[in-house]
Amino acid sequence: MDAYALDILQPLLLSLKVALWATAINLVLGVSVAYGLSRWRSGWRDLVDSLLTLPLVLPPTVLGYYLLVLLGRRGTVGAWLDHWGLSPVFTWQGAVIASTLVAFPMIQKAAQAAFENVDAEYEAAARVLGLKGPAIFFRVLLPLASRGITAGALLAFARALGEFGATLMIAGNMPGRTQTLSTAIFAAVQAGDDAGATTLVVVASITCVVVLLIAGRLAPGRRRS
Amino acid sequence: MSIDVAIRHVAISDHRRFELDVAFATDKRRLVIYGPSGAGKTLTLRAVAGLLRPDHGRIVVNGRTLFDSDQGVDIAAQDRRCGYLFQDYALFPHLTVVQNIRFGRKAGLRNPSRGGMDDTSARWIKALELEAVLRSYPSQLSGGQQQRTALARALAAGPDILLLDEPFSAVDPALRGRLRQELNELQSAFDLPMIVITHDPADADALGDEVLEIRDGRIHLADPGG
Repeated sequence: MDAYALDILQPLLLSLKVALWATAINLVLGVSVAYGLSRWRSGWRDLVDSLLTLPLVLPPTVLGYYLLVLLGRRGTVGAWLDHWGLSPVFTWQGAVIASTLVAFPMIQKAAQAAFENVDAEYEAAARVLGLKGPAIFFRVLLPLASRGITAGALLAFARALGEFGATLMIAGNMPGRTQTLSTAIFAAVQAGDDAGATTLVVVASITCVVVLLIAGRLAPGRRRS
Repeated sequence: MSIDVAIRHVAISDHRRFELDVAFATDKRRLVIYGPSGAGKTLTLRAVAGLLRPDHGRIVVNGRTLFDSDQGVDIAAQDRRCGYLFQDYALFPHLTVVQNIRFGRKAGLRNPSRGGMDDTSARWIKALELEAVLRSYPSQLSGGQQQRTALARALAAGPDILLLDEPFSAVDPALRGRLRQELNELQSAFDLPMIVITHDPADADALGDEVLEIRDGRIHLADPGG
């Protein structure tokens, strides 16, 4: 494969890989937190809810900075990770952490709304039929909330795919290692490589259209009724 | 059957305070609690099923103490063996009729398969004449079929007692007479103890060996009934 194709393919594949990981992690994390919050009756709930929404409103560079402070070699968590040789700074795993954080509210919000919309009578029905908590979750709540969760997961994937600011801060922009589509476009423009930038922009646009088409297939909308 | 209930409960919702203070005991097999909406019928039935925890009192069904605040007894809804027919049936919309009926017969984290069957469920499917719609989803059923599916689901779980919340309010008035008759036939054929709550005097006449009237959270008069 020639070097030019590799310059496009590598960032594209890395972007897809990072977005898939971030979405998968958020499916477990976001859905669990959403379920917990949908059950939690406490005055603290609104505060926790607001804090979890922060990634949606804070500039991604601010999130990236927080991550650096926390996970950098001198950070509290970072120093401990470094001791085990696991520093995420300037690695693609670091990009996954950044994308996961930024996309988290997409799934958490959607899943929480979906859980809260499930009629409480279904859970009552499952209880009188003898089912305990975990069985009710997997057999009733999760299937009934699945449309909302899927919609959230697609948004999260799209958001993770386009992540730039936080990724740049923690993972950097190293061609072949941590350079994603968004950071590659930035680098090409900085270097005055207009042709390269154009190609990458077209690839990014096509990828997004393909993702949206797949989303339309998978997603909510057509279901037996 | 014997039912012995004496409970007190204060429910607060939407700035409305409602005080439930009911006591009744019967050894009749078909008990109807009759009263207007908002009188505390559903709260009472939910307390018997274990879906509501009363502030004080005692609930004994067939000699089995389900709840006793003095002795600290509060059997979980899952273990009370109460079949509950919800007002709007609460059939699981993502499951077919057969999956709904077998729902309580299968333990574990996965729902029953669409093709599976077991003897108890098969017996109730036959008794309630649901063979033709086993693979349908609840939303594809008529009101009467939905009600029979919900009954089959409750009965397949093997309850000691059947609790029915406004069993005919969600069906076409023209159908109610026939459905009451069906329920009575089913009740006598399988000798099922039941508590029916309703605001419809016709239900009280047709279904009650004993009729209690509830108003503003209190039992008002005991009518010897039919």
